[in-house]
Amino acid sequence: MTRHEPLDLKKAEISGGVATDRRHDSAHKHVTGEAVYIDDMAEPAGTLHAYLGLSTVAHGIIKSMDLGAVAAAPGVVAVLTHEDVPGTNDISPAGLDDEPIFAPDKVQFLGQPVFAVVAETREQARRACSLARIEYEDLPALIDIAEAGEDARLVTKPLTLQRGSVGPALQAAPRRISGRMRVGGQDHFYLEGQIAFAMPGEDQDVTVHSSTQHPSEVQHMVAHALGAPSHAVTVEVRRMGGGFGGKETQANLFAAVAAIAAKKTGRPVKIRPDRDDDMTATGKRHDFLIDYDVGFDEEGRILGVDFTYSARCGFSADLSGPVTDRALFHCDNTYYYPSVRAISRPLYTNTVSNTAFRGFGGPQGMLGAERIIDEVAFALGRDPLEIRKRNLYGETDRNVTPYHQTVEDSEAARVIEELEISAGYADRRREIAEFNERSPIVKRGIALTPVKFGISFTATHFNQAGALVHVYTDGSIHLNHGGTEMGQGLYVKVAQIVAEEFQVDIEQVKITATTTGKVPNTSATAASSGSDLNGMAAQNAARQIKDRLIDFATGQYEVPKEQIEFLPGRVRVGNQEIPFAELVRQAYMARIQLSAAGFYKTPKIHWNRDKGKGRPFYYFAYGAACSEVSVDTLTGEYVVERTDILHETGRSLNRAIDIGQIEGGFIQGMGWLTTEELVWDDKGRLRTHAPSTYKIPLASDRPKIFNVELADWGENREKTVHRSKAVGEPPFMLAMSVLHALSDAVASVAGHKICPRLDAPATPERVLMAVERLRAEG
Amino acid sequence: MPEIRHQIRFLLNESDVSLAEVAPDEMLLDYLRLRRRLTGTKEGCAEGDCGACTVLVGRIAGDELVYEAVNACIRFLGSLDGCHVVTVEHLKRTDGTLHPVQQALVDHHGSQCGFCTPGFVMSLYALWMRSPQPSDQAIDKALQGNLCRCTGYEPIVKAARAITGYGAPQADPLHGERARVRARLSAMADGSRVEIGKGANRLLVPADVDDLAEILQAEPNATIVAGSTDVGLWVTKFMRDIAPAVFIGGLGALRAIEEGTAGITFGAGVSYSDAFSVLSGRIPPLGRLIDRIGGDQVRNMGTIGGNIANGSPIGDMPPPLIALGGSLTLRKGDTRRTIALEDYFIDYGKQDRAPGEFVEKIHVPLPNPDARFAVWKVSKRRDEDITAVLGAFNVTVRDGSVAQARIAYGGMAATPRRAKAVEAALVGRPWSQETVDAALAAYEVDFTPISDMRASAEYRMMAAKNLLRRFYLATSGGAMPLEVARYEVAQ
Repeated sequence: MTRHEPLDLKKAEISGGVATDRRHDSAHKHVTGEAVYIDDMAEPAGTLHAYLGLSTVAHGIIKSMDLGAVAAAPGVVAVLTHEDVPGTNDISPAGLDDEPIFAPDKVQFLGQPVFAVVAETREQARRACSLARIEYEDLPALIDIAEAGEDARLVTKPLTLQRGSVGPALQAAPRRISGRMRVGGQDHFYLEGQIAFAMPGEDQDVTVHSSTQHPSEVQHMVAHALGAPSHAVTVEVRRMGGGFGGKETQANLFAAVAAIAAKKTGRPVKIRPDRDDDMTATGKRHDFLIDYDVGFDEEGRILGVDFTYSARCGFSADLSGPVTDRALFHCDNTYYYPSVRAISRPLYTNTVSNTAFRGFGGPQGMLGAERIIDEVAFALGRDPLEIRKRNLYGETDRNVTPYHQTVEDSEAARVIEELEISAGYADRRREIAEFNERSPIVKRGIALTPVKFGISFTATHFNQAGALVHVYTDGSIHLNHGGTEMGQGLYVKVAQIVAEEFQVDIEQVKITATTTGKVPNTSATAASSGSDLNGMAAQNAARQIKDRLIDFATGQYEVPKEQIEFLPGRVRVGNQEIPFAELVRQAYMARIQLSAAGFYKTPKIHWNRDKGKGRPFYYFAYGAACSEVSVDTLTGEYVVERTDILHETGRSLNRAIDIGQIEGGFIQGMGWLTTEELVWDDKGRLRTHAPSTYKIPLASDRPKIFNVELADWGENREKTVHRSKAVGEPPFMLAMSVLHALSDAVASVAGHKICPRLDAPATPERVLMAVERLRAEG
Repeated sequence: MPEIRHQIRFLLNESDVSLAEVAPDEMLLDYLRLRRRLTGTKEGCAEGDCGACTVLVGRIAGDELVYEAVNACIRFLGSLDGCHVVTVEHLKRTDGTLHPVQQALVDHHGSQCGFCTPGFVMSLYALWMRSPQPSDQAIDKALQGNLCRCTGYEPIVKAARAITGYGAPQADPLHGERARVRARLSAMADGSRVEIGKGANRLLVPADVDDLAEILQAEPNATIVAGSTDVGLWVTKFMRDIAPAVFIGGLGALRAIEEGTAGITFGAGVSYSDAFSVLSGRIPPLGRLIDRIGGDQVRNMGTIGGNIANGSPIGDMPPPLIALGGSLTLRKGDTRRTIALEDYFIDYGKQDRAPGEFVEKIHVPLPNPDARFAVWKVSKRRDEDITAVLGAFNVTVRDGSVAQARIAYGGMAATPRRAKAVEAALVGRPWSQETVDAALAAYEVDFTPISDMRASAEYRMMAAKNLLRRFYLATSGGAMPLEVARYEVAQ
């Protein structure tokens, strides 16, 4: 609020309301370097720095541990092991007590934290770590899930989804194909690595600045580790330098270590691992083996599918249960399976515990669906797009998912149809065939793939949110909610919603750092739910205050409620218009409460995991992408020539922010499916642990032509905030169009008669090997 | 012997800096963030790959003051004597007006989480200063060394195209202040040797090349640091002790490029970027190769001499230079010797360089006028990636027969190496598909590549052979197109 500007009582609209292309609230601070990330905070005098000592074997018993030289190293103030954990040495988010902070007697992956050093400088702590002498007795290690036996250990209870009788359906099907697809994992590669900064307080208190998507969980984990009640722990985060799921549970470790060290030394302690240690010691997207058996008819109609989704979960459960569940929830993508069975196998391995990553198993699930589409298409000599369209969910029948939720809002057919036309699919397919005819070395390929992504946490109780709104007597507004800002623009979207409610300029709304002290018991900012949940909670808080102002005005001015209206910057009360700040001041004088805690819970949803039945999702988000690639069949190198995207965000709260999510999600998904390859050696050592060896997309990898459109005819059929739709994760899976375009290009070397079975990531190497195989078989 | 000075002196944004205490392995990034609390410059990877730490370094080159983007995370403080360091904090005007680069990014929604953004600002700043209206290709190239995980780059590229509409470089302070800054930097160049620290724990900046030779005579086991794109990681990743460290990046004589009719001689300290400016015209395939080594920040720092001297099996310059018949001049004290480049690489991690000896010059002969010369790099990601396989072909065909063939590969053995059996299978035979097909078997004689995280042995072998097939097609007017590329490649 700029008090000194004259008030415009005729103002037609506010700045920064909903459905405006408001820029990111921190954009100015990003470009000037003034945005404060945790490592940029001024360090109080006496700040210490912690560093983790990591295991050097994948599976082994700790026979002896000599940390004498570590403790004696220059600058070292303390050395922490499991014995220094005052509370419980566990940070399992699943509550399974399977994830120690420091390995007590046994290590279960190479890179597991065994101890920590606290020193005057980070450099000293890091150098001291390398002086540890730990002897291990090696135990057999399972690294690769392809080597897991039938009776392999699972980290959590598997899920089965079943509808119809798949066995008989497969046996009766005119055509049947089975196979296996390998889908690689992915490192989050948030540009800001993991970090936590703990300030000890009096009694048991500690305040932790944590780069986390889940402050409430960090709070609980820190309390658990300290043996303190949750009220002693305050966790705050203003912004993250990227999250993508990698800071949903993975921040717990660093926060716990910083807090333990701070309480032990009585001094502020910061912990920030080097990028290599970050990549080695924190979880990633699960890699999967997808076994499939599909029955279909000569028209390409799928009659039955049997899927097994095996995932490398690592040494602990972490979020592997819900991740593998979500893979199964998306084994259908946009397709109706008359009979289906899908089973998850969340496998224990001696690797880092895999975790949430944008899409949360959904992308891997969908790749299974798209692979069987390819299998059917190539077996029948049809265009895969034709097979896709033939198997879409129906509007009134053929509309029940493998988990028995009825698809009531299918937009897939319309999205596909519109994109097919706007991208010129049919003409380009013809041109590509002609090009390939005359080009023996370079081959082109095209694919149009749809996305249907279920919105809601599948654990129903997470679908709640809180917010706190204060209106001050000058009319300025303090906004706080449980959602965290990791770059996705949540803060600005929620501020737009509040500005819209009060009809004030967004500049009047102060967006404040997420903290467990203001809004308690929050859910992770995850599952694309940030705006849906927190936007509604903030709207609820604003409406409570608004209602009180209206009640006040009715009494004060003796006008009926219906004659009170919030206009831009002012409130119409009967025949007069009162500046918003003036009404607020009057309300204060009349002792009206100008602060409210808002709350929201998603309606309609329920889920019975034991039965595999329910309505886990409030609604679905849809989109489709059409990509064209060129492949060099001598080296397997490729470029993405063009991508067209049509994505549906309901009535968008902020088109600019939503398009940013779509473009960014697509490129990140493309990285996952192309150049981002995680390689563990047979000792369990991650060999791709830095950007020198792990290759996320560059500017020069983006499609040469990149057209992104919002399907703005859409509005959410459910009553979401301003009828918008979630947009964080769904666009990630649009990148499947690139994998399938590569598959199409490879298939051209054998006349599109053989399914290339291109696994992910489709590195140039995998592409070349697929070309060679098809040339040999074709 | 030159005068000895015991301080490093440079400009940081507006201030003069004189430091008497600098550790030999202290990085510019740590200095900025920890000692100066200039926290706009971020650490993303500490190995020069992500660009979040990008700053500009201005240095006097000949008569000019040039500003280049560099990675502060692997740039040693000791290498900055006489330079002007410009950080993101220098861009916004005191009245709060954003710099054109910054405003363009804001208006095009070019930041999401914002952590990579200051680095992008600095890379685009460097681009805009040298090329206010860049082509898309120039934008892509300028951003090869900057990773963004949120935006997918599209809005950043749109901003880059638009910057010119927000202001002209002539109005930029770094332009306006050029003469004054040059004078300040010139005043710092007092011709003395810089020496800081005691005993083995010293950093040295030689006064000139003769002084370098002298220092290395006295300290034969010193670490020679040129661009530090390799040595930087010894410190940030392996915590290796590099003292005593000798910083040679500022030695003008080592940055000299001599162009002759038969070839080009590069001083060992010539950066990729400087080499590019000559090679892209004289030996275009080498120009195109340099475009795919690192990002701009690394090319502005990294040197051809360093790439050779450190003997990596996957260095990108040695194979083509071996194929061209390149040679090296090594110097120890006042003694010089010149050897064929291919003889320099003895085995993995072992080179023909004695203690106290240093690479002084690299001689690159031009290809024969009637030879066909090509270099192809294959990597998982097209740009800013380390080679899986690199093939360099220098073949002369006369009267339909192969008169000469020098073929060298990187990524196929413990050292960059010639494919001598393949060459033998080609020379004297007709340049035909049959000859090429028959020569493919010779690869098994020449190479037994390994499998690692970049590629399998099988893929390396297959791609290596296919590069010869591509070379044949390219030289025989065969099938087109022969490669995929983001931008058209002139053959």
